[in-house]
Parts: sequence; structure tokens; C-alpha cells
Amino acid sequence: MGWLFIAPFLIVFLTFSIYPVIRTLYLSFTDYSGFNIPTWVGLSNYSRVLKDKLFWEAFGNTLKIWGVNIVLQLGIAFLLTIVFSDIKYKMKGLGIFRALFYLPNLIAATSVAFLFKTLLDWKFGSVNQILTGLGITETAIDWLGTPVLLRTVVGVIGAWMWFGNSFIMLMAGVQGINGDYFEAASIDGAGRWKIFYSITLPLLKPILLYVAITSLIGGLQIFDIPYLVSLGQQKMTRSVNTAVMHLYNMAFKNRQIGYAGALAFILFFIIAGCSVAVYRLMYSKKEEE
Amino acid sequence: MAYTIKKSILYIMLTALAVLCLFPFLLMLVNATRSGNEIMTSFSILPGKSLASNWKVVMDNLDIARGFANSLFVAILSTALTSYFSALTAYGFAFYKFKGNKIIFTIILIFMMIPSQLGMLGFYDLMTKMKLIDSYIPLIVPSIAAPGTVFFLRQYVLSVMPRSVLEAPRIDGAGEFYIFHKIVLPIMAPGIATMAIGAFIGSWNSYLMPLILLNNSKKWTLPVMVASLNSVKDISTNIGATYVTVAISVVPIIIMFCFCSKYIISSISAGSVKE
Repeated sequence: MGWLFIAPFLIVFLTFSIYPVIRTLYLSFTDYSGFNIPTWVGLSNYSRVLKDKLFWEAFGNTLKIWGVNIVLQLGIAFLLTIVFSDIKYKMKGLGIFRALFYLPNLIAATSVAFLFKTLLDWKFGSVNQILTGLGITETAIDWLGTPVLLRTVVGVIGAWMWFGNSFIMLMAGVQGINGDYFEAASIDGAGRWKIFYSITLPLLKPILLYVAITSLIGGLQIFDIPYLVSLGQQKMTRSVNTAVMHLYNMAFKNRQIGYAGALAFILFFIIAGCSVAVYRLMYSKKEEE
Repeated sequence: MAYTIKKSILYIMLTALAVLCLFPFLLMLVNATRSGNEIMTSFSILPGKSLASNWKVVMDNLDIARGFANSLFVAILSTALTSYFSALTAYGFAFYKFKGNKIIFTIILIFMMIPSQLGMLGFYDLMTKMKLIDSYIPLIVPSIAAPGTVFFLRQYVLSVMPRSVLEAPRIDGAGEFYIFHKIVLPIMAPGIATMAIGAFIGSWNSYLMPLILLNNSKKWTLPVMVASLNSVKDISTNIGATYVTVAISVVPIIIMFCFCSKYIISSISAGSVKE
């Protein structure tokens, strides 16, 4: 009887989720271009990806963008969690602040990208108008035309979109901690940093791990924001070309499906490896204590 | 004294951060009402008078109404499918013992962690073979299988519904699907609503899949249309019209958020704590 309830799910899941992954794996060993009959070429796509300078450049860009993104995103989320969980200050307004911080995450990446692209425009963007108006800079800054600045901008936009999400998850974790622990510790005379370090942090570890790994998986796959911000700026595309943008271009512009499939799996192994590394890193500390 | 000052400083910083989250949207709304020329030459947080003319430029060049309707159509259908079938599947996993229950559920959990890019090429290839390019089927039907939602709803139904609820109607001889529709579904409704909002927003905002699958510009959803702004000359040269187009895609979600923010935030919190 149970089978009947899960049958529609299973059929769709097998057809549209499992089969495509297996198909991608198969195609990654062929010379498929979308039109020809695939011929088996063994591991040559994989070795081509690993030798491809453009892939490594794209992967480097991804890491640079993700680095800016993750430090800001988790840093701000963490600070906010400390502020709102402080037992001495008892900050109010968590509900409304949480909602406001989360708002950017709801907006379509395409809209966010176009909004910032327009706001940051060199000649007539509002950001440069504010900065020069306030006398912070004398000349307009070419945010979108300087590779380093553009990568930073993309990373900051990512952080702006996601810090509210991380904050909500961390805060939910703190609220799940039994209040008696905090009370007992403060009666015993523990200071608030001591309480944070000895009680909050260890109990928050599973959620911290979850937030870290999901940001890693999402961050290494970043596509829409860099793709859209650099859209129409041929010169700048390479400086924010991410791994998944490279995949997209190879598959749908250059029609090298086999190569792109190999790239997808290499990226997957890197992401899986990093996730395991993060997990090990966070849980080996616990054993030492 | 120091306590009050420090606390005030914290509030000021929190407010500044909140402003930083809202300011881009405020600028967007203000600039949507100013002419391209005004925006280029000066900065203002006061609305201008050019909303109507900007609006006209957008309407003359883009079939925004159509994009809006397309997005709405896809989002509503996929949300309905995700909600109903995820509830059905979650209930099946939670309340029936059958061979392979645990194993299949574990496989689904593992699949939740696999990046979507891995299946993208195979999916595209399959859709080409099934002649479903430029069709909405690949954007709607796969939402029947949403592993994350099934996972959440399974935990949810186990925590809100005791098994004993099922005993009385079974003794009365009610069919299993009748019980699901008349008794279980209403009990699960709050959990389903939470997931449905997330599913709707996800579908409304989705970009990569519609970009790959829809070639015909009449079929485009709103995000794909917004992303095509660059190539529409009258709009890309009139920056006020650009802001109007972006605003049209953003405002519905902001309105929705004003009414449902509690549900949305509780769904994220719940997701993180349960895992």
C-alpha cells in the first residue's frame, strides 16, 4: 500500500533526477555534441578539463568570489547571532530585523544583478553619485570595469543576498538551546564570552556545519550573478568567468556536451571533497577537547 | 549608563544594516519614477514624475504582461504539484511499512546533497529527445519530486500526527486514499503552506533552467525577460525604464513577503534545526 503513495514521486524522481545524472555521466565519456551519435572516448574529456587553462582560471575566479562572499556572509551572520543571543543586552526586535535581513534573498538573481549593475554604473550609477557627492572619492569608480573590483562586487552581492539566511539558521540553533544552560552558567559566574565560547559555540556546531557545507555547495556553483553582471561586457566576462559559467558556455554555446559533462563531474568531486574536509575539520576539534 | 549607550550603538548598527538591505530597493522604486536624463545627471531619494513615460517605454518594447503571466502559470502549477505530491510521498514514507522504505528514503537524502548541475546536461538531452524544448512541461512536472520538501514534511507529519488518528476511520472501513485526503491532508496543511511559499518563490525566481529550455521569446518567464534587457535598445538607453522593468519583477515578491514573512522564516529555521 505504501508503494502507491510514493509511486508518483519515484517515477518522476527516476526520470527527471536520477536518469539525467547517469546520462550526463555516460556522455562525459563520449564526444557528444548534441547532434551526433555519441562515440566512446574514455577519459579524454576528463584529462582535457584538467589540462584546460580556462577551467582552472574559472575555478580560481569562483574561489576568489566565494572567498569574499563567505567571509562577509558568515562573519555578519555570526556577529548578529552573538548580538541577539547576548543574555545581558536582551536585544529586542529580532522578528523585524530578521525579516529585513532576509529580504534580499527572496529577490530573483536576475533582478538583483540588473539592479546592482545599474546602481554601480560608472557614468550614471547612483553609487558613484553618492560617493562623489559626499566627497568620499573625487572621481567615479569603475566598479564593473576593473576585474578585481568586479569580482569583489559579485562576492559582496552574494553575501548581501545570503547573510540573512545564515543568520536565521544560526539563530534558530541558538533558540533551540535549553535556556537552563545559560542560566546555570551565569549563576556560576561565567562571563558572556565564556558562555558563548563554552556553551553556545559547541552546541551550535551541527548547524554551523550545515550552514558551512550548504554555502560551500552553493558558492562553488555560483552562476547567475556573475553571468548577468558581465553580460554584454565582452571584455569583463573572463574576469568573473566561474566554473559553472564555463560549463554553461562549453555545453550550450560551444556544443561540447561531453567535455561539459566531464567538467560537471570534476566539479562535483571537488565539492564533495571540500564538504568532507569541512566536516573533518569541524569534528576533529571536538575530539581533541 | 555605559550599558544604555552600548545598547543604543548596537541598535544603530542593526538599523544601518537593515537600511543597507532595503536601500537598493528604495532607489529602484525612486529611479523608476525619474527620467533617464534625471537619473544620469543627479541623485535623489525623492520620486520624479516620469513613471508613466518610463512605463510606456517598457510596454512598447517588452511584452512584460506575457512574461508575468508565463511566470505565474509555471509557478502556480509547480507549487501545486510539489505541495500535493510531497505531502502524499511524505505520508507514505512516514506511516507505511514496506520493503525498501528506509533504503529509498536514504537514497533521496543523499540526492538532496548532489549539485543540480550534475544532471543538467542529461536533463537537457532528455528534453531535446522528448521534443519538450519550448514547452513548460520540463519546468513544471519535475516538481512532483522535491526531495527537500518530502524530507521536511515527513518530519512534520510524524511530529504533529499520532498514528492513532488513523485507527478509527480504518475500523469504519474508509479507504486509504480517502483517509489521506479527508484527514491527513488538513492536519498537514500548515506544514504544506510553509513549503509551498518557498516552492513558489523558487519557481518564480528560477533562471538557469528556463534560460536553457525556452528559446521562443513568447514563452519566456519574467527572469529570462529581465535578463534580455541589454538587447532591447530603447530600454537599455533609457535607464528609468530599466528600473521599471526590474521593479515589476521584484514588487510582487516584496508584497508577498509582507504577508508571509513569518511562514518563510519559520521554514528556514525548521529546516536547519531538524537536520
